[in-house]
Amino acid sequence: MLTSILIILFLAVIIGLVLGFSSVQFKVEGDPIIEKIDSILPQTQCGQCSYPGCKPYATAIAKGDADINQCPPGGEKGVRALAELMGVEYKPLNESHGISKPKAIAFIDEDTCIGCTLCIQACPVDAILGAAKQMHTIIEKECTGCELCLPPCPVDCISMEPIEENAENWKWKYPVYSISTSKKRVN
Amino acid sequence: MINQQSPFIKKAPSVTWIMMLVMLALIPGILAYVFLFGIGILLNLSIAIITALIAEYLILRIRNLPIKLFITDGSAIVAASLLAISIPSIAPWWIIVIGTLFTIIVAKHLYGGLGSNLFNPAMVGYAVLLISFPAVMTKWSLPASHLLDFNLTQQIQIFMYGTKNIIDSVSSATPLDYIKTQIFLNRPFELNFTNGMPINSYFNASIIISLSFLIGGIFMWVKKIITWHLPVTFLISLTLISSIFWLIDSTRYLSPFIHLFSGGTLLCAFFIITDPVSGPTTPKGKIFFAFGVALLVYLIRVFGGYPEGVAFAVILMNICVPLIDSLTQPKVFGHE
Amino acid sequence: MKLLDKIFKFNGGINAETQKNISTKNSIKSLPIPSEIRLPLRQHIGKMAKLKVKVGDQVLKGELIAEADGNISAAIHAPTSGIVKSIEKLLIPHPSGLPDFCVTLIPDNNDKWIKKIPIDWKKIGIEETNKLILNSGIVGLGGAAFPSHLKLGANRNNPIKTLIINAAECEPYITCDDMLMREHGKDLVEGIDLVQSLIGAEETIIGIEDNKPEAFKIISNLIEKKPNIYIKVVPTIYPSGDAKRLIFLINGIKIPKEKRSSEYGIQMFNVATIVAIFRFIQHGEPSLSRIVTITGNIKEPQNYEVLFGTPLQYLIKDAGGQKIKNNTFIMGGPMMGFKLPSIDVSVTKTMNCVISAEPEMIQAPEEALPCIRCAKCAEACPVSLQPQELFWLSKSDQFEKAQNYNLFDCIECGCCSYVCPSNIPLVQFYRYAKSEIIAQSIATEEAGIARERNDFRILRLDREKKERAERNAQRKAENTGVDKLKLIEEKRAEISAAMDRIKNDKKLNND
Repeated sequence: MLTSILIILFLAVIIGLVLGFSSVQFKVEGDPIIEKIDSILPQTQCGQCSYPGCKPYATAIAKGDADINQCPPGGEKGVRALAELMGVEYKPLNESHGISKPKAIAFIDEDTCIGCTLCIQACPVDAILGAAKQMHTIIEKECTGCELCLPPCPVDCISMEPIEENAENWKWKYPVYSISTSKKRVN
Repeated sequence: MINQQSPFIKKAPSVTWIMMLVMLALIPGILAYVFLFGIGILLNLSIAIITALIAEYLILRIRNLPIKLFITDGSAIVAASLLAISIPSIAPWWIIVIGTLFTIIVAKHLYGGLGSNLFNPAMVGYAVLLISFPAVMTKWSLPASHLLDFNLTQQIQIFMYGTKNIIDSVSSATPLDYIKTQIFLNRPFELNFTNGMPINSYFNASIIISLSFLIGGIFMWVKKIITWHLPVTFLISLTLISSIFWLIDSTRYLSPFIHLFSGGTLLCAFFIITDPVSGPTTPKGKIFFAFGVALLVYLIRVFGGYPEGVAFAVILMNICVPLIDSLTQPKVFGHE
Repeated sequence: MKLLDKIFKFNGGINAETQKNISTKNSIKSLPIPSEIRLPLRQHIGKMAKLKVKVGDQVLKGELIAEADGNISAAIHAPTSGIVKSIEKLLIPHPSGLPDFCVTLIPDNNDKWIKKIPIDWKKIGIEETNKLILNSGIVGLGGAAFPSHLKLGANRNNPIKTLIINAAECEPYITCDDMLMREHGKDLVEGIDLVQSLIGAEETIIGIEDNKPEAFKIISNLIEKKPNIYIKVVPTIYPSGDAKRLIFLINGIKIPKEKRSSEYGIQMFNVATIVAIFRFIQHGEPSLSRIVTITGNIKEPQNYEVLFGTPLQYLIKDAGGQKIKNNTFIMGGPMMGFKLPSIDVSVTKTMNCVISAEPEMIQAPEEALPCIRCAKCAEACPVSLQPQELFWLSKSDQFEKAQNYNLFDCIECGCCSYVCPSNIPLVQFYRYAKSEIIAQSIATEEAGIARERNDFRILRLDREKKERAERNAQRKAENTGVDKLKLIEEKRAEISAAMDRIKNDKKLNND
């Protein structure tokens, strides 16, 4: 009886030491889950999730302060990917944070722009080129479509133009072929 | 809807065509069966096919799928026919009905319908019948010499009511079953069955039927419905395994010849393991699958509790198919 | 040569009706100069060509209209002399039906050439020659439109031992290469000689399918006197004309997707491309025309030699129009081509064939059954892929797994769809999956850049804040010791003095 207790105790001590050692030796710096969440998020930096950017939102999800369905630019795909990563149930997008819209790029009407630089300060990815009293313009390639530049503009000269399909970015659509249900069939 | 994308030309046999060719290939075997054992099998076949079609229609209605498209694909008819051939020809009508219902509704549609069934439907039906009604399933009719004494009405009587006293005099275990029991009881095989009928004539009938199925199988291979991997590997493996045991002790183990030509071996080799939906898709995978089935068939026949191991062997290997598929992916061009 | 006799066979492939006889009855016909020429600026793989003309410019035949933009691009030349009418987005032969930038030219029917300067490549060397070919407009004329100067220059990194000429033309209906070999065989063989010397290859093997006996005879006779040029006949199986399949058929080397054939010392050109290179170097003629097969459901099917930019309507009209009117035309072959959005397009460098659709090509496809796992598609796949696995994965949007099953090795040849008993449109799923994966990877890249810019902006704002704080602290340190109240008093005195001054001035003005 005594020997079995001693043996179990001994094993427990050994395993405890091994675990303690590996938790120190193989410690991962930073919290990798935040990076993983951030890599799923679309990096629009729009703040619709009620956090000031994608990284803060990722941190909140990791802490458990935020739900996974608060990101409209990520869309349903993003929520599903987050659900899989966090191991939680999928739930539809929370409409109070906004609806999923097709990606659009901001456009400054140069006739109306007064060069106030308020939009430049608002842009989270520095996609607006310009300076005080100089013409402002959106760098198309860098714009994420977050719409944060629209409210600050005092003359309302910024509009969102949805990206239209052209010969360069066209892609094949999901194949639709006939496999009907008996309800739809007309004899 | 207009065909919008390439390829704009196509030449492929449809699923219905493939199933009809399989039925054609079964005909030589069925004819031999009728010639040697009477019309019992035709009655079984007709009831099976009718039940299958009705069951399929009902299930398609319940599942809201297009009826004409799926009923005409012929897969239910083939599954029902294979089941009908596998069970004794003197089995009463309710056996084949229950078996067919199980095959179509449970084994095929409850698993997802055409293309989604995990197990071979006919074998599932057979296994269910074998376990639930063992007595009836092991009473096989004897070849022509006895049955020709009975006229058509009596044969139909047997079919409808399973008349017990008639059955006892015309039915018996298969040679495999009989020999197994004798071995188990440590008796030498007698050359005659207990009711005086010689095993030889039964076995001869078995050879003729097996050869007819072989003809059907070769027909399917020529028409490119099946590839050589499954039947050839199965037959060679079974021969090898049974030869090993036979060479060790020929008094306890039957010769490979008997194993090959009795029971459902050739039916299994060409028609049952070649079911595309429940079988593997890669050539190497097919070889492993066929070897596995052959091994299990032999083990169940010799060491297992049932006289014929085909159904269980196939079902057990069906479970392994996804794993076999993922492990035997062929090397892509250039990546060898 | 021993290798020539060895038979190699790739897995799968299909034997379709070749339908070549339809369009080989007559010789190649030339058409008169059309009344309008429409040249898309994007007729090749790579960046769109950079415009060098503007509306109203007068151009000569062979003059550069748009130059190659960077190294992976090609130039566009005026196929005949005329005036530039417009530069706008017009319909191009593309499956999307979307318009793209085109230069429209109105020919003046003089057909006046620019000064043609043949290239003495032996004197100026291959590097310089290649620079000239960069702006010769020559791209692969087999349908892929890969800029040829890149292929010719590849021997810089890998020495090319074998030059392989693709004369297979495996797709049904297409016969333009066949007719080119029959009628311009001499140019082809001279071209082969030239390119072989240009890239320094030891030998050339021409790969031709066995359904072209006339072309084989003509070419064999022409290469008899030439050392190191051989011809190998391959069996007629689709898709033996695919580059990597043909290389395997000829010398047994299997080249994986991620590697180029030049890494194995092999370079391949289509017969029409060789003739174009020959004409450019020998005569100084840039790539201005090509042979197009008009076939299928048409009254007079045959091959035409046409200038780029010729409206397709001209060819269809000259061929007599459709026998059964259905207004549907397929560009390319029936296995890999696509439905043209309209007949209002022009001939481009990739247009090797236009099939007037036969009724069975465009009839409503039969209803698709679920996949029965028969693996006939895997038997037919020339790349030894598992099309049924790729189908299940593409259908359910499992793109990462599909890539593990080598989705991008698929050459979209269509053999799998051709043999499927359940009528499943397999290739459509692969095209969709590939499109989605590419779009997703572009989106991920852009998201990465956005993340970087956002991180940098936060960094910059922090930095500015810190600098401001430092400056404030400094200023505070300088300003201690000064009496703030005194400053305010002084300031108030100044203001009241200024106001008195203004009042006085006002009074004076009023008086």
